[in-house]
Amino acid sequence: MKLIIATIKPFKLEEVREALTDIGVRGMMVTEIKGFGSQSGHTEIYRGAEYAVNFVPKVKLELVVAANMADQVVETITKTAQTGKIGDGKIFVLDVQQAIRVRTGETDADAI
Amino acid sequence: MNTLAKLALPAALIALPSLGLAEEGPVPGVNASTDTVFILNSLLFLVGGFLVFWMAAGFAMLEAGLVRSKNVTMQLIKNISLFSLAAIFYYLIGYNLMYPLGTWSVDGVLSGVWGPGVLEAVGVTSDAADDYSYASTGSDFFFQLMFCATTASIVSGTLAERIKLWPFLIFTIVLTAVIYPLQASWKWGGGFLDAAGFLDFAGSTVVHSVGGWAALTGAIILGPRIGKYNKEGKTVPIPGSNLTLATLGTFILWLGWFGFNGGSQLAMGTVGDVADVSRIFANTNTAAAGGAIAALILTQIMYKKPDLTMVLNGALAGLVSITAEPLTPSLGAATLIGAVGGVIVVFAVPFLDKLKIDDVVGAIPVHLIAGIWGTIAVVFTNGDASLGTQLYAIVVVGLFTVIVSAIVWFVLKATMGLRVDEETEINGLDMAELGMEAYPEFSKG
Repeated sequence: MKLIIATIKPFKLEEVREALTDIGVRGMMVTEIKGFGSQSGHTEIYRGAEYAVNFVPKVKLELVVAANMADQVVETITKTAQTGKIGDGKIFVLDVQQAIRVRTGETDADAI
Repeated sequence: MNTLAKLALPAALIALPSLGLAEEGPVPGVNASTDTVFILNSLLFLVGGFLVFWMAAGFAMLEAGLVRSKNVTMQLIKNISLFSLAAIFYYLIGYNLMYPLGTWSVDGVLSGVWGPGVLEAVGVTSDAADDYSYASTGSDFFFQLMFCATTASIVSGTLAERIKLWPFLIFTIVLTAVIYPLQASWKWGGGFLDAAGFLDFAGSTVVHSVGGWAALTGAIILGPRIGKYNKEGKTVPIPGSNLTLATLGTFILWLGWFGFNGGSQLAMGTVGDVADVSRIFANTNTAAAGGAIAALILTQIMYKKPDLTMVLNGALAGLVSITAEPLTPSLGAATLIGAVGGVIVVFAVPFLDKLKIDDVVGAIPVHLIAGIWGTIAVVFTNGDASLGTQLYAIVVVGLFTVIVSAIVWFVLKATMGLRVDEETEINGLDMAELGMEAYPEFSKG
């Protein structure tokens, strides 16, 4: 099993969710986050005073999928979330040791 | 707003019935009966008064929207308390201090009438009315009270997010019982500024600048909010919690201003007066529009993106600018006078920040600086105004308000302290001082 963490531009969330369900992903966790990477921040003006927006809003997806599906998920996210402009986000893939479904107690592949 | 001048014609009128002439005697411009004139004048005061009352709601919403969510409840409690205190202290002292009706203890400077305002008897008849030729005392009191409360409302926004509740309210009492009514008597009570020929139709100076001067003095003595200016001296913006409320508040103020300026015609018993009230409504409206559009365009040009809070301030500055003379300008002139107010705001807000004067809602640019501009602008459209006299009154009223306010602020600072402590300020005044939040669900997730 693999845990896939992806940060994407918020407006891409719906498109990515649709693409992932199409390839058979049956669940994901979504969090609204702020952060910075190579895009870093930008400046805005409020009542005549300039201020730096150091953290840019992003959406973080977390999905646990079977190991053999991970590449396809990563590829789908990359393809769908890409705009080609700076700030498209990053994807991290981690190993997962165990998964349990709370309702039934099923584990690992049965649980995800 | 010059009650005495307005009284002159009706006062001559009242002599007619007593001479045994017909009640509907041939008085130039007056075709309605004395009863009708009395009713219409009183009605103008009542309608104007409740419109100006509604401005208190406008200030409350504007300020609630421009402070951070952790200080919203405090800002609201200040607004309803200051209005209520103004109502009580204007009744107890202010009304008679402002309108001595010719009885001075120091001629033209200090009223000789002390004590609470008194209304006419229940079901008063025309014989027993205080001023049958003009309007009911109750309507006049009600209308004038609202102006006094408006002056107090101006101060609360500037000093938001750091001043303690009770010292602020005590200042409000001094402002509404003494500072406002005393200087207002110099103009609207027939005092020395009126005698000098100073013109201020609905109060660019008498109301708005006075509130602005008191706010400026308070802001300097109180100091800026923690974190507003960083170590390098740069301004750190502190965005407001709810621009929807701030916009609603601005529209409410805009609405209330029709009563503020229109009611200040002080009479509605003749074709001329009603036509003038209508003119004032139209001019007041277009001045606000001019101020808003000027700020919209300027912020787009200067900052590449329009700034809503500046546009809101711009509309209000337009309103303040036209308040000293909403009658004589043409629609075009009124629009331009308002537009200059909008320009003033866009430059004055960052300028105050350069001086490290922290004005949370922009009340100083809107009410003080645009108020000064409006008072000067009278000379462009009203031939009776002289620039020298307008400037003289601006300086006199400014010096008086600043000196008395400063004394009161310093006394409060020395005795009770003006500021909440650092921890309270950072945690927010709502929880620390009041133990309740404006938006409790938000913080508990």
